[in-house]
Amino acid sequence: MDMQATKKKVGLKEKYAHMTRGLGWETTYQPMNKVFPYAEFEGIKIHDWDKWEDPFRLTMDAYWKYQAEKERKLYAVLDAFAQNNGHLGVTDARYINALKLFLTGISPLEYVAHRGFAAAGRNFPGVGPRVACLMQSLDEVRHAQTQIHALSNYNKHYNGFHDFKHMIERVWYLSVPKSFFDDAFSAGPFEWMIAIGFSFEYVLTNLLFVPFMSGAAYNGDMGTVTVGFSAQSDEARHMTLGLECIKFMLEQDPDNLPIVQKWIDKWAWRGTRVLTLVGMMMDYMLPKRVMSWKEAWEIYFEQNGGALFNDLARYGIKVPECLSQTAIDKEHISHQAWATFYQYGGASDFHTWMPTDEEMDWLSAKYPNTFDKYYRARFTHWRDEAEKGKRFYNGTLPMLCQVCQIPMLFTEPSDPTQICYRESEYQGEKYHTCSDGCKHIFDDEPEKYIQAWLPVHQIYQGNCFNEGVDPTAPGFDPLAEVLKWYHVEHGRDNLDFEGSEDQKNFAAWRGLATKNV
Amino acid sequence: MAVKALKAYKFDAADTQDKFHGNQLLYVGWDKHLMFCAPFAFALPSTTRFGDLCDKILSKSFGYHPDWAKVDLAKAVWKKSGQPWQPDMNKTLAELGLKHKDALRFETPGLNGIQGSCS
Ligand SMILES: [Fe+2]
Ligand SMILES: [Fe+2]
Repeated sequence: MDMQATKKKVGLKEKYAHMTRGLGWETTYQPMNKVFPYAEFEGIKIHDWDKWEDPFRLTMDAYWKYQAEKERKLYAVLDAFAQNNGHLGVTDARYINALKLFLTGISPLEYVAHRGFAAAGRNFPGVGPRVACLMQSLDEVRHAQTQIHALSNYNKHYNGFHDFKHMIERVWYLSVPKSFFDDAFSAGPFEWMIAIGFSFEYVLTNLLFVPFMSGAAYNGDMGTVTVGFSAQSDEARHMTLGLECIKFMLEQDPDNLPIVQKWIDKWAWRGTRVLTLVGMMMDYMLPKRVMSWKEAWEIYFEQNGGALFNDLARYGIKVPECLSQTAIDKEHISHQAWATFYQYGGASDFHTWMPTDEEMDWLSAKYPNTFDKYYRARFTHWRDEAEKGKRFYNGTLPMLCQVCQIPMLFTEPSDPTQICYRESEYQGEKYHTCSDGCKHIFDDEPEKYIQAWLPVHQIYQGNCFNEGVDPTAPGFDPLAEVLKWYHVEHGRDNLDFEGSEDQKNFAAWRGLATKNV
Repeated sequence: MAVKALKAYKFDAADTQDKFHGNQLLYVGWDKHLMFCAPFAFALPSTTRFGDLCDKILSKSFGYHPDWAKVDLAKAVWKKSGQPWQPDMNKTLAELGLKHKDALRFETPGLNGIQGSCS
């Protein structure tokens, strides 16, 4: 006999209930706590998962339709960009290096975010967050793919884009974003949600996407702008998920507050350190600047973040404890980071350069308290030396922070002329950190951070050379061998922008496109 | 505090001295010379004479700086882990009690980097 289908059309609310909450069940072959072993060990107490408010009443069938429509529009733009040689429309070939940083440093994180949200969705016993995490997981893999596709257009013409997924596991500065996500992913599902869902996607996301996407728009890169727009409606959903998750934890049990606060403090600081790379990109790598890093920090973190924390104050949440240090750091870190990449420009997959006089004037105007006093003389000196044929390449490996893995380039909050050294001891071994924030994180969970894969130490252990290479052979050149292991081609992918193949090609191709030759 | 985990959480430290092929790590920073963005990390045998470290290794790493030619390391003011510390150029790292991952920094009074900017 045929099944009798009811003719009655299901209402939206009802359909939503069936397609989300209705998909869950209580297990009977095994107890729930064995099926969801990760739900309790972090100490977060949840009494009623049904109290979870779904911030976006989105069901999977509607999700696919929306996303498919967005994909169609996006790929039409990307195809047009490729066919019309859109890459020749950017302000200046220096800009393309910001895209290399994005592809190597950020797109792989989208992929890890995909995995992390898939895991969180698996590990939460509540159906509401499971469905939301599933969607975010799919969003994130889409972000990774669309970014890779958009930037593959540049890979056809420029150096340094060729092996991002190999590089994320190896190249020194990429251990910074990589270890950030590894730290979050190796925590439990609740900490993951505070680390990535809340701190990264809510508090810090604007500081990542606005600079890159506005930077793309200002610099004539319509392909990348479109990728950003395509991700934007997802970001709104992600932010809401992050916020709902933190509110849910805080409403479920008062014992959750100190745990959540600790994670907020930790991840606000971890995130701030990672964003140093974005600050440097904004102030130094965009030929046409959007705004300074300091301005972006003030708008998106201090003002918008301030409003958010006012809102969370009713739960007893306080602003992250790093706030007073970040208020000082915002005037320095972009300059300090660019100085670092400039001098270690022999070991990265993108080009570096010194700012022009005009650009230095912009930096003085944006950083009246710091640029002329602490950085202009250094940069002018380097530029003069480069003109004399003595471009500075630092050939000695730097000391790294055990937690954020950034070279120890940050200065004391009370003295911008003094490197900040912090030291801890654990089981008879010394560990060095770049700041009170990183030291605090280390001291809280030393067993975790003693395992850090620090690129400099790994090189000295001999783990960063291709198989068969003999470090004891006469004439052994460690830097050259490390670059081979990174898949960075010396003289092509690295070194100064001035004289690079990218610079020459861009000038020649643009000349062909705009002049009669 | 300990890591919260489902099972016993015990892993080896990644950078113990035995992994460095007979070397120990030593970090050295030059205060008020931020042209070198961070202190340096060196992997050295514990039998390295401190004088050799200064003359052969540090001079190579710091030599690009115009102030370096004016430096007299015998007069430099040293710190270990932030505390005053006195080297002896004729002693080895081991004899000076320098351990794996010790951090040294030195000041060169009167020298304050490019145009006094501590660069
Ligand atoms: Fe994303
Ligand atoms: Fe750090």
